Amino acid sequence: MKKELIERIEVGSGGAASIEFTGIPQDGKDLLVLVSGRGGGTGETSVNARLNEDGTNANYSGLDLVGNGSSVASATDYPFPRAVMNDGNTTANTFGNVSFYISNYTSGSYKSVSTTGVMENNATASSQTLHASTWNNTDAVTSLQIQSSRSGFVEHSTASLYRVVAE
Amino acid sequence: MSETPVKVVVDLSKPKGQRESIIELTAEEIAEREVMAAEAEAQQVIDDAAVAARADAKASANDKLAALGLSAEEIAAITGA
Repeated sequence: MKKELIERIEVGSGGAASIEFTGIPQDGKDLLVLVSGRGGGTGETSVNARLNEDGTNANYSGLDLVGNGSSVASATDYPFPRAVMNDGNTTANTFGNVSFYISNYTSGSYKSVSTTGVMENNATASSQTLHASTWNNTDAVTSLQIQSSRSGFVEHSTASLYRVVAE
Repeated sequence: MSETPVKVVVDLSKPKGQRESIIELTAEEIAEREVMAAEAEAQQVIDDAAVAARADAKASANDKLAALGLSAEEIAAITGA
């Protein structure tokens, strides 16, 4: 398997609430989205992914595991793919990294998504996230919405979409 | 951030260089974002309370073990702390 870059987007001046990929080519096996992000507000901020503009939480199932530098917690409160990223309280000019891996995105099965994320912060409090989820829908994935849970993404945040194909 | 939040929409069915659009959010989308932000805030309060409760329970348990006569090293050995 190898991955091919489909598109890379960098958020411009003024920031953006979300980044949306539409018209996703249906010629790959899996999809990979790499996000370098920083939220524009303060307080815990996550990068959330929605498939085919489905914003209904009940259509997703997920398990979250987050370490924050001093404790670890798991939860099912976040059924949609997500990971904690940097916000305005973290070290200036630093960005968190998040990856979403969507398997068999053109299949007629429910879509499984594995998400990992790390926050960059020169302090004890710095989160790492592992998230496993499914989108309980058999439709092929044709669009992806990458959202910040609050205050959007600041300038220079990026999202890169790859397709994974058989060699 | 600009006054009206925007989203970056990338239409991959178009040729490179013509894909990206910057679109202002609709009132409905802004309302959805406000709900999402409120949910995030509420969830953070719950998460913070859970972390604090676990820390309190751990401290209480350690105090009780110490009261039974266990040393700090012995407590660490059985709790993995």
